[in-house]
Amino acid sequence: MDDKTKDMNLPDVRGHFGQFGGKYVIETLMPALEELEKLYNEARVDPKFQSDLKYYLKEYVGRPTPLYYAERLTKHLGGAKIYLKREDLNHTGAHKINNTIGSALLTLRMGKKRVIAETGAGQHGVATATAAALFGLKCDVFMGEEDIKRQSLNVFRMKLLGARVIPVSAGTRTLKDATSEAIREWITTVETTHYIIGSVVGPHPYPMIVRDFQRIIGDEASEQIMEVEKRMPDVCVACVGGGSNAMGLFFPFVENKSVKLVGIEAAGLGIETGKHGATLSHGSTGVLHGMMSYLLHDDDGQVQEAHSISAGLDYPGVGCEHSYLKTSGRAQYENITDEEALEGFKLLSSFEGIIPALESSHAIAHVAKMAPKMKKDEIIMVCLSGRGDKDVNQVADRMEADS
Amino acid sequence: MSRITNCFATLKAENTKALVAFITAGDPDLESTKSILDIIDDSGADIIELGVPFSDPLADGPVIQASALRSLKSGTTLKKIIALVKEIRQSRELPIVLMTSFNPVFVYGEKQFIKDAASAGVDGVIIPDLPPEEAGEFSASAEEKGIDMIHLLAPTSPDERVRMVAEHSRGFIYYISLTGTTGVRSELSEGLGDKVESIKQATNIPVLVGFGISGPDQARSAAAVSDGVIVGSAIVKLIEQNPDPAQRDSKLAEFVSSVKQAISGPN
Repeated sequence: MDDKTKDMNLPDVRGHFGQFGGKYVIETLMPALEELEKLYNEARVDPKFQSDLKYYLKEYVGRPTPLYYAERLTKHLGGAKIYLKREDLNHTGAHKINNTIGSALLTLRMGKKRVIAETGAGQHGVATATAAALFGLKCDVFMGEEDIKRQSLNVFRMKLLGARVIPVSAGTRTLKDATSEAIREWITTVETTHYIIGSVVGPHPYPMIVRDFQRIIGDEASEQIMEVEKRMPDVCVACVGGGSNAMGLFFPFVENKSVKLVGIEAAGLGIETGKHGATLSHGSTGVLHGMMSYLLHDDDGQVQEAHSISAGLDYPGVGCEHSYLKTSGRAQYENITDEEALEGFKLLSSFEGIIPALESSHAIAHVAKMAPKMKKDEIIMVCLSGRGDKDVNQVADRMEADS
Repeated sequence: MSRITNCFATLKAENTKALVAFITAGDPDLESTKSILDIIDDSGADIIELGVPFSDPLADGPVIQASALRSLKSGTTLKKIIALVKEIRQSRELPIVLMTSFNPVFVYGEKQFIKDAASAGVDGVIIPDLPPEEAGEFSASAEEKGIDMIHLLAPTSPDERVRMVAEHSRGFIYYISLTGTTGVRSELSEGLGDKVESIKQATNIPVLVGFGISGPDQARSAAAVSDGVIVGSAIVKLIEQNPDPAQRDSKLAEFVSSVKQAISGPN
């Protein structure tokens, strides 16, 4: 029991999950991180903060989200029962808003008037812009030029919400460079600006804060499954880019070792091509964006390009707590190619009438592989992290090109 | 006495301030770095700060980011930079400090890096994303091998951190003159003198000012309130703008000696 409790108490006081995590940032930011940690520790035990958060999550975001039994998909695959945690039904269409509402409330608490964010698929950008509009904060979102091209709908949404979208032309022009640029902007404006990171990445206390705001996914899901099935699921599945929806789903189950935790990374064009985002399966320990975690980098420590059809999984790093769960053996990480993800995209659309985000389609595609091999009375709970409206144009173009 | 400590003792005796010149190793290539370093040394720089290129330098503005990219394209690695230092040490005695993001060092192996760097003749290391909180083992190994671990302080650092960081710093303290990334600015930030003064109360080692120092005038003002200046982007920009080696060398000589002269006069 001791070691189980220990895992739920991580990170330690220095922000470490075993060897992972930490605060690998320039001095300029260290005081802001210390302040954020102090402020957050006060907020998390403040009943007023918690009731405000609860209010907005219920009345504005629309929580709790349903845990939906995907009956036709289950029958089609002919194995384990599949439940979908419908984060796609949140306001703005993804789980990202769970974190941005909480983080915007923290911003108000620290008296700052401006927030910045990085975004890949645009979901976190939209969720940050939304929270900023709701609370009257100024908002700038950094987004790679490549992603601006493939996620034009979300770019328009952010602008409509009153945010500025700042194109990032450095490096790979995707999420990695958008994150680097957001950190540089934060180094410059740290005294007036709060940086709302979109995933369980970055320097301590970010991975902890984002996880805590996302764990509502797993908290609700475990209550809901108990209500319907009177027992815990056998497996939890979620896609992992930075890994916030997965961490949110997994965290409440970490102590319950009878529940298998499976994270799905992007295999892109195939692991063998080197063009993928499977950081946990094919990377090694390194330091990027303020934390020690698994990383895709070469023998000289230079960060490599990731690749995925989904902008949200196109990231060479990964949340440090996932690195910890991998090395401790508590969670397993598998990967799914672009092609397989597209099949997952179509599968859920045609069997359940739910168009999933390309990110979530990776989790669906893995479920399609594993469910038939499981018994009919076993239960898979999968996080449907976002809806696929943003991806429809991209998929249509691709299907047209293929036909 | 280490080369860095020795250097500051000499400067003090001569009643002058230190000029630390930053260049990215391997920009445009390592062979050029060697001749650039000779010019800079001969033009009056007191310490050379050699930047190790990294794919994702978070504390750097556009000029040094671009420089790192050029260096990586020419095939520069940390191993080759250490070998270059060894070569330079055959003929040059000025202190050499490596400035690097942590990941290349971590991947190289922290202990191996310190061992190789020390035997090549590296005198100090600046790792902006390795604050004292994460530097424990690294600092201990560095100390053991006689490499100075140079930490940074910023305008945002409160008094407790000034004391803590000062306590962990060896060689000199790198004071970041502004809240921002590297790159030349038109003016020094307000309150620079007060902040440096408060750091000097917490430590006996020299406090140098870097980030945003564009030329002789700013260097003079910054040196007036500190123990010296670190100039980076302005030099890197000259290298970028002058692909012809002869022209580059003469511009560099002119610039470096003008900065050194500006900080050498009576204050």
